[in-house]
Amino acid sequence: MSDILSKIKKANLVGRGGAGFFVAEKWLSVAKALESKSADNKKCFVVCNAAEGEPGVMKDGCILEHYAARVIDGIKIAIDFLSAERAFLYLNYAYHKKLNKKLASLIKDAKIEIFVKPINSGYIGGEESAILNAIEGKRIEPRLRPPFPTTSGLWGRPTLINNVETFYNVSLVAAGQFKNTRFYTISGDCPFEGVFELPDNLTVEKILKQTDNFPKFPFFIQVGGNVSGEVFNAKQLKRPASGAGAITVYSQAKNDFKKVVKNWLNFYVNESCGQCAPCREGIYRLRDVFMKEKIDWRLFNDLLDNLSDASFCALGAAAAVPIKSLIKNVYHEKN
Amino acid sequence: MQVAHDNGIEIPNLCYHPDLPVKANCRVCVVEIVDRKNLATACSTPVAAGLEIKTDSERVKRSRNLNLELIFAEHIKRCPTCIWRFNCQLLEYAEKYKIEITHFSDRKSKRKVYKFANAVEIDGRQCIDCRHCLDVCNDVQKINYLKLTGKGIDQEIVPASEHRGLPFIGKKAKPADCIYCGQCALHCPAGAAQEQSHWHLVEKALRDKSPLPPFVKGGKVLVAQFAPSIRVSIGEEFGAPYGKIMSGQVVAALKKLGFNYVFDVNFGADITTIVEAEELVARVKSGIPPDKGGQRGVLPMLTSCCPAWIKYIEFYRPDLMPNLTTARSPQSHSAGLIKTYWAEKMKINQKNILTVSIVPCTAKKFEAGRAELKIRGNWPIDYCLTTRELAWLIKKHGIDFFKLKPAASDNPLGESSGAAAIYGATGGVMESALRTAEYLLATARDTVCLEENKKNKMSLKAGHGRVEFKQARGLAGVKEAVVELAGKKLRIAVVNGIGQIQPVFDKLNNYDYIEVMACPGGCIGGGGQPIPTTKEIIKKRLEALYKIDAGASVRRAHENKEALRALRWLKGKGKLRAQVLYTKYRKKS
Repeated sequence: MSDILSKIKKANLVGRGGAGFFVAEKWLSVAKALESKSADNKKCFVVCNAAEGEPGVMKDGCILEHYAARVIDGIKIAIDFLSAERAFLYLNYAYHKKLNKKLASLIKDAKIEIFVKPINSGYIGGEESAILNAIEGKRIEPRLRPPFPTTSGLWGRPTLINNVETFYNVSLVAAGQFKNTRFYTISGDCPFEGVFELPDNLTVEKILKQTDNFPKFPFFIQVGGNVSGEVFNAKQLKRPASGAGAITVYSQAKNDFKKVVKNWLNFYVNESCGQCAPCREGIYRLRDVFMKEKIDWRLFNDLLDNLSDASFCALGAAAAVPIKSLIKNVYHEKN
Repeated sequence: MQVAHDNGIEIPNLCYHPDLPVKANCRVCVVEIVDRKNLATACSTPVAAGLEIKTDSERVKRSRNLNLELIFAEHIKRCPTCIWRFNCQLLEYAEKYKIEITHFSDRKSKRKVYKFANAVEIDGRQCIDCRHCLDVCNDVQKINYLKLTGKGIDQEIVPASEHRGLPFIGKKAKPADCIYCGQCALHCPAGAAQEQSHWHLVEKALRDKSPLPPFVKGGKVLVAQFAPSIRVSIGEEFGAPYGKIMSGQVVAALKKLGFNYVFDVNFGADITTIVEAEELVARVKSGIPPDKGGQRGVLPMLTSCCPAWIKYIEFYRPDLMPNLTTARSPQSHSAGLIKTYWAEKMKINQKNILTVSIVPCTAKKFEAGRAELKIRGNWPIDYCLTTRELAWLIKKHGIDFFKLKPAASDNPLGESSGAAAIYGATGGVMESALRTAEYLLATARDTVCLEENKKNKMSLKAGHGRVEFKQARGLAGVKEAVVELAGKKLRIAVVNGIGQIQPVFDKLNNYDYIEVMACPGGCIGGGGQPIPTTKEIIKKRLEALYKIDAGASVRRAHENKEALRALRWLKGKGKLRAQVLYTKYRKKS
């Protein structure tokens, strides 16, 4: 096993994009996919996902602003590890505007190309297989799995896709400086919104307390992003902030049930790519059912279950998470 | 899904087609795999050893039924006049799974209906977003006319001209136009892409048929003619096995519907073969360089029976219009002769004849409306109905197709050769023309012999050469061969589906004669054929056509005596002859 892979494995690096996949495992599966190809067919690609499309997550932008050199270094390590053809830095439009010059000067003549996330690609434009379509100039929406990008990604070649923070961590691990911290985005009804670097095993409660953000009013929180994160009540805070490491604080006085759910549903109706029936049609009907004076809860729940059970991609399944958990953990009397 | 099907377990689905890539977007084929968190779609899940799969658990039922209800709400119900009604998968599943089809209100009732000439339409009000039409138009046919615009609930199938570019990255599409092949309709599971229906006009004409006998002044004579490939496919609409030959039933059904006369377009196909073979020989013969005293004929010669191919040339490659044979298509030949030759024989004013052509094709509707095909100011064909439309009329009128006593088509325009039968197959036009061209070259004739007294002599001589040119057969995308006809080497190519044309365009000068059929398989896989049509089904239909050919007593077009008689009647009729037999093409933009 190569040096870098064993280091990553030893550090137990976990992907920071949200799904929490083991980094070493992903790298290894791309390497394995390459092994099975003939000598003249070993082309592969690396993609750094800097789309950061989930509202309430801002850490990748922050990392790129302060530690861009580390991120580029991490990408280069991956290129070397796989002897990749080239890498794409799939960059959020706003970050590109702000950091383009800096990034270009860091990349210099490395085999890294900045690909700006198309401004109209929306939420789905951050889904990893939709990114592949975007780079290839196809309609931006998730691809059917299997095959997974690790075996058949960009132009059918094995492709490694990792998040900005993951490449940052790879660079630290390579230099022996990884200290088991991560970047938490805290937002919502709290005094100190922003990105905080703290140990990666802290509970939500501790994170909120250490950043002086623990609310003194009735509240609930959402972990993992403003639209796809899971909702917990004030008694459920002894858990790590998993996923993309975002914590959103909601004051119960300011955010009644109807308003919060309506916002989520509006967001998903606008952002569904339209490929599959449970998401395209289901979310539209969910909103319909929800906006009626008398809500048909049975149908509402069936539509939610169908969304998590039968959607084409993980984003469709994720759309059910906040609503289900809000009802279960905060407004259980509603159902 | 395939494995389940092969083992007798039917899993419902709407967006699965064996010839197209798996899209897994309808989510109707969900199944439960034990120990997996979410449901899986049967169409996209490869089988593996040890999978325990439940296809009808409560969880599966709930999800599948809900997805069906959601999809129903995308589709307005115009069932009473929808020719898809008797085959509708949506209605079938609704009944099978006891689904409330109006659980949700119609979402798309204000969507546009896009009409392409008089041939094909895409009704956004009925579309269930399966995207089959995109796959066939862009990836199979490579026409790139249909586009997906918008996203989420706003996504919509639109013609290229309406495409707003989102959410594609700023790529400008090349100008594209519909060739009316109807493959979108053939692959649509919901009747959203459909032929523009004309059955109601035909039904009205049949209903309003003058009570007077046709030969009394003012009486209308209703004449139907049916294309070579209808007879081996229409049975499927009534549950017959694939490739069942049903010529007799088709005639009987048309008579039962009220047509006075029923003719076989195979007769017209023999005329086409003769005209086309004569032109091929002329072009090849004059292919002597000018310095050797000859005039170079425009080669390669291209077939022109396929109206979608004609539209393709006129729009995309007008530079090749001189290469197209000037012969009209079989349906135009036979209809033209019905309204002139037969009309005179029967002493009926051609204005009192109404011809309805039953075709496997949507583009034929467009062809029938082409002004340059008018004869003495009249359209040879009044209406074109697809195979599906005819089947619908038969069902709608409660006719028991299988119980009909088979009938023969009417004479004299009923006789035909085996060469005509295979017109429905890719390579069939080529093969038929080669049979007659070989005769012409071997006998050193420019035209086939029409005189009565030489008739027998001709039949003797017709023994020249082979009958079967197997190089032209089969379902390969492009079939190439060099065939020797009476010492003359002819380089031929057969293009099976317009999507396969590019490599042939790339080396056009390598050929003398090229057949192109826009639909994969030829007319047998045409846009107006029964649904489903798949590669496997096409194979069965093809076998049936070659069976008809092999069993025919006459296998060469120029041995069809009735065809020769009709051509003889036309001889010396200058302008009329030209109007009945030949056509010209116009650049389209």
